[in-house]
Amino acid sequence: MPDALITTMSKQPEEYEDIPGTWVFDAQRARKGYHLNAFLYSLMKAENREEFLADERKYLQKFPMTEEQREAVVKREWNKLLELGGVSYALAKLAFTDKKSYQYMASQMVGVPESEYVKMMLRGGRSPDGWRSKRERQD
Amino acid sequence: MARIIAGIGTSHTPAIGAAVDNGKTNEPYWVPLFRGYEPAKKWMAETKPDVAIIVYNDHVNAFDFKIVPTFALGCGAEFPIADEGWGARPVPIVKGYPELAAHMVQSLVLDEFDMTIVNEMQVDHGLTVPMTLLFGQPKEWPVRVIPLAVNVIQYPAPTGNRCYQLGKAIKKAVESWDEDLRVVIFGTGGMSHQIQGPRAGLINKEFDTAFLDNLTRDPERLARIPPLTYLREAGAEAIELVMWLIMRGALGDHVREVYRFYHVPASSTGVGHIILEAA
Repeated sequence: MPDALITTMSKQPEEYEDIPGTWVFDAQRARKGYHLNAFLYSLMKAENREEFLADERKYLQKFPMTEEQREAVVKREWNKLLELGGVSYALAKLAFTDKKSYQYMASQMVGVPESEYVKMMLRGGRSPDGWRSKRERQD
Repeated sequence: MARIIAGIGTSHTPAIGAAVDNGKTNEPYWVPLFRGYEPAKKWMAETKPDVAIIVYNDHVNAFDFKIVPTFALGCGAEFPIADEGWGARPVPIVKGYPELAAHMVQSLVLDEFDMTIVNEMQVDHGLTVPMTLLFGQPKEWPVRVIPLAVNVIQYPAPTGNRCYQLGKAIKKAVESWDEDLRVVIFGTGGMSHQIQGPRAGLINKEFDTAFLDNLTRDPERLARIPPLTYLREAGAEAIELVMWLIMRGALGDHVREVYRFYHVPASSTGVGHIILEAA
């Protein structure tokens, strides 16, 4: 692989946007998700978790997020949250606030019950075959 | 002089730490994994290094997005354990080595690696899970630690080649320190995994095996893997493997593989582990 490819690829979002079922957390997504992630970061503190759960919409008003982001938080629309600039490690703090695990969050993103997701992992996980490219899948 | 005597590659899956902390290591799900790390713990107990440089990434715990350093060297005297949202892990506080870290920063910056200097930070599972796997559950950690936090969360992470070159500069920095110290370096994270989106759960055993093979056979080849290849072939979070290349670069041209272990799954991760001694 020529060295030139390393630098050119990192500058072309269309290349990684071709990966199916994935929202790469790049600088533009990080920019859009800044306040959403700041909200998620705040859930590291127990008192904030309590305050959020007591009145979610009120708590979310503290952060200058978009209404679309707030709505996705309240509905726990995990994939939407990724698309709107949430990063999975920060989103996990919302899952933990709900007393759920990483695996639960991943299963919700995949759209299967947690038990089914755990079984898939025990069988060796998801094969990359068929999941490399949107073009290949004709998504 | 100080010498880097060995490198350790290992995954740092948080569920592994939780299994230890909650006494679940004898459950059938976890037995094969912890059995696989037994020889590594024995090796570490016999090797008794003075210092561990631990290359890891923070998971939105020490760093929120106010500041996103690409390479951050922990220069403080100690590093408290982060509460990641379910309480801090019940492990000893991590003791630093400020004198050596200060020397490394000077050497690295003059070698054109513009490190971010971090004097106070908490450390999360990225750093503590590898310590648990290799050192067990002591009352005090038996080594001093210099944390090197790498941004692999906001794309793009530093390239594999950049990481490999940084490893070489770390070797030079350590070897220009007068004190007789035996240093090990950890490259953590990976191997194949994706924990976001409908593609979550991706594992690529062939990719992981080739990566482990090439750490001894052809590390230069690994250093040329483009970021997109990690993402596409081994999952969005597999980009963490560039941190193993810092470890590999710090070992010099020739290494001897002394132990290897691979296991699927721990939570959503293909767990890989390797010990390389500098030849």
